[in-house]
Amino acid sequence: MLKIVGYPDRFSVAPGETINFKISVEEGDGFDARMVRVVHGDCNPEGPGLKFVHVPTNADGRHPGKVQRIDAGSFMRVDGFPALAAAPFTFVTMLWPTLLKRDDQTLLCQWDAASGSGIRIGVAAGGRVEVTFADNGALSTVVTDRAMLEREWYSLVVGVDPANRQVTIDQRPLVPYAQTGDSFSGTFTLDVAPPAIEAPLFLAGCPMADGTVGRHFDGKIDGPALLSGLHAPAVHDALLRRPLDPTLATHVIARWDFSRDIRSLRCVDIGASGRDGVLVNLPTRGMKGWNWTGEEHSWSKKPEHYGAVHFHSDDVYDAGWETSVSVEIPADLRSGPYALHVSCGESDGEATREDYLAFFVRPPRDRKARVNRPKVVFLAPTCSYIAYANHAEHITARGVEVLMNRMVNFGHSDLYMYEHPELGGSLYDTHADGSGVAYSSRLRPILNFTAQYHSWLGGHGSAVYQYNADTHFFDWLEHQGIDYDVITDEDLHEEGLELLNGYQVVMTGTHPEYHSTRMWDAMKAWIDRGGRLMYMGGNGWYWRVAFHDELPGAIELRRAEDGIRPWIAEPGEYFHSFNGEYGGLWRRIGRAPNVMAGVGFIAQGFDISSYYRRAPDADNPRAAFIFEGVPDEIIGDFGLVGGGAAGIELDCITRELGSPPNMLRLASSEGHSAMMLLVNEEFGPVPPNLGGDQNTRVRADLAFGETPAGGAIFATASIAWCGSLSHNHYDNNVSKITANVLRRFLDAEPFAGGET
Amino acid sequence: MVYKIDADEDRKYVEEFRRLPIGEHSPGLQRVLNIMRLDRGGIQYILVCRKRFEEYVIGRMPPDRSDPIEIEDDKVFATREEAEWEMFCRRWREHTGESINRPFKDE
Ligand SMILES: [Fe+2]
Repeated sequence: MLKIVGYPDRFSVAPGETINFKISVEEGDGFDARMVRVVHGDCNPEGPGLKFVHVPTNADGRHPGKVQRIDAGSFMRVDGFPALAAAPFTFVTMLWPTLLKRDDQTLLCQWDAASGSGIRIGVAAGGRVEVTFADNGALSTVVTDRAMLEREWYSLVVGVDPANRQVTIDQRPLVPYAQTGDSFSGTFTLDVAPPAIEAPLFLAGCPMADGTVGRHFDGKIDGPALLSGLHAPAVHDALLRRPLDPTLATHVIARWDFSRDIRSLRCVDIGASGRDGVLVNLPTRGMKGWNWTGEEHSWSKKPEHYGAVHFHSDDVYDAGWETSVSVEIPADLRSGPYALHVSCGESDGEATREDYLAFFVRPPRDRKARVNRPKVVFLAPTCSYIAYANHAEHITARGVEVLMNRMVNFGHSDLYMYEHPELGGSLYDTHADGSGVAYSSRLRPILNFTAQYHSWLGGHGSAVYQYNADTHFFDWLEHQGIDYDVITDEDLHEEGLELLNGYQVVMTGTHPEYHSTRMWDAMKAWIDRGGRLMYMGGNGWYWRVAFHDELPGAIELRRAEDGIRPWIAEPGEYFHSFNGEYGGLWRRIGRAPNVMAGVGFIAQGFDISSYYRRAPDADNPRAAFIFEGVPDEIIGDFGLVGGGAAGIELDCITRELGSPPNMLRLASSEGHSAMMLLVNEEFGPVPPNLGGDQNTRVRADLAFGETPAGGAIFATASIAWCGSLSHNHYDNNVSKITANVLRRFLDAEPFAGGET
Repeated sequence: MVYKIDADEDRKYVEEFRRLPIGEHSPGLQRVLNIMRLDRGGIQYILVCRKRFEEYVIGRMPPDRSDPIEIEDDKVFATREEAEWEMFCRRWREHTGESINRPFKDE
């Protein structure tokens, strides 16, 4: 269990700027803080151990702390809404419920939690529509006796006569099934008449007495509208007719068209009154509606088929916690990986009472202030960190033990994660209703973006993954005395090529898997202009993600069409709502990772790693600088991640996918077990020999190639590579090869491009 | 037809697992493990790490996340491998009815 958690308001901060930390302390009334440079975050006793260097700042010392909580669940809110209870009205909508075992779900309400008054139309456990009237704490609820089915579209028309305490409910499935009985039509009288109240209108959530919004709805809502007066169920069809009957139009109180402004948080009221709503906690937009036909798959081409918003009771964008401590970053601080170490006592077997809240100090924003910068920059894969934020497949999926080929590890962080689903999932998880988590943000505690986190994923031994695995590389850079800058994916997305100009070498993390189009374009442009890329991991440049126009720190992913997909996007929902782009694998839009990194994803296996064997190209004079002092036939048969340098996720050279023809295959891994499996985009008919013990394609290719502009690409092609760097006090062939490459890449002498 | 673990046929893999619980396994042992680890009814046995690289106990994650994880505090393991062996013995008994009365390490 964790007794202290928190998050910074940004992942990237420049010298002289302030970064704010939001902390929740579950024990006591305060915490100690100090800023550190993160050198090595892996506590594996086989390795060099934890290394942090204290950086004195204003934050040093004790700070008051308290419990802070996350109010998860998405909804739409309309402020300044007229009192619905003042006159009879009719609510119409299409809906597609997805989690009907949950009780007490709200479709629409106008509710004053303080006085306990209002009207609420919702869904009771099992999928029965219910309506509640409340007057100063006196409640009256009616429920239908015909349950809806999950993942089926329904037309719902609810006529409400507040003064006469009457409600008429008409529920009709768009697709009727035999022997099912999920239609309902009936009228009820309630015991309480709701008073007319001034309160915001909510869809998919209801204000609670404690100030939170609860009673969320799980599922899609499409085309909700409020009409004055009581109308027969046929009004729903009439409302969908074009042109709209002008007499009917005069009854429209509000009518929200979710197919407008899909990129934004706004829900446009297409009635005459402009009662626009705002979406909170990022429900999924760009979702196909009740009328989707399959003729068009892009919401921007046929928005009228994409009028649905999918709300989830466990959506979260911004935890919105109060700032607990603001850290002023010294103006002369070196760029690099840093963390705020916070603690509220001694840790023991039951609880962890400290955390290292990670962030990066980037170079100054003002280009003129960037003098005498290092020539090498580490691109912190923050898109990948956010994609993996609170990765909980060990909780939300089953079968992980078989995939890991060993028991599923739960540290204190994982136990805490289990009990706090409101932290929000990663892009690997599914929501409680089984739909995929398509949005992830960094504005919440991220329990696996921290030093010391020992993952259920990741090779046997250190079992580090993403951020903590990258600290193996930070440690090596520090040990080699390399002065380097750090920029983050988000910086690159915002500033583009301009941010990379001036650097001669870009080094990646161990698993730079997620990239936006702007990030891809900037990196490719920089390489094409002579940049030197050191790709220090595996399965890079794999998924395409999108950033939001208005919301910092949120990314979107559609698990479309192909690839290793922990969940699969619904047909017709392959386009990002954040920017309209086609989502999914970069490979599926003609940009395989090979185009960027010279190699591309081929196999994965999460238990043990293997070694590389030197290949004939190692003796090519063009590669001589790489093997200086490395006569060895076997490379990397040691390491903290699964015991070898070739493991977890592997890439190889594939000419057909865009690996440059001049890539040298310096070494290839071998000896992989049956659990190192070919990835599914690499085969059509399923072959029986998927494992590394039977399939020669299952291998990592250590690769190098020059680019026409005098630059070069070096690829380790394995996530486990960096776990071998510190072996034998950093004196080993993995470390030597890495150092040889970095030394040559830092030499301004252009690489030979061959004939010109 | 999913393979059914057979005590006589598969007994040779018990010692193989005891020697190396985490690592490359023979195809026969891997099949036994894949069958044993198949999720039945959504219950997932987990390895709860109380102190990193020092202290582990076995836990049981229920199918419904709103129910608590049950943790077996009474049996503490110093390594992952010891816990793997305990889990293997339990599952062997469950599948074959036989008990493996052997410690993880020979004293
Ligand atoms: Fe990944």
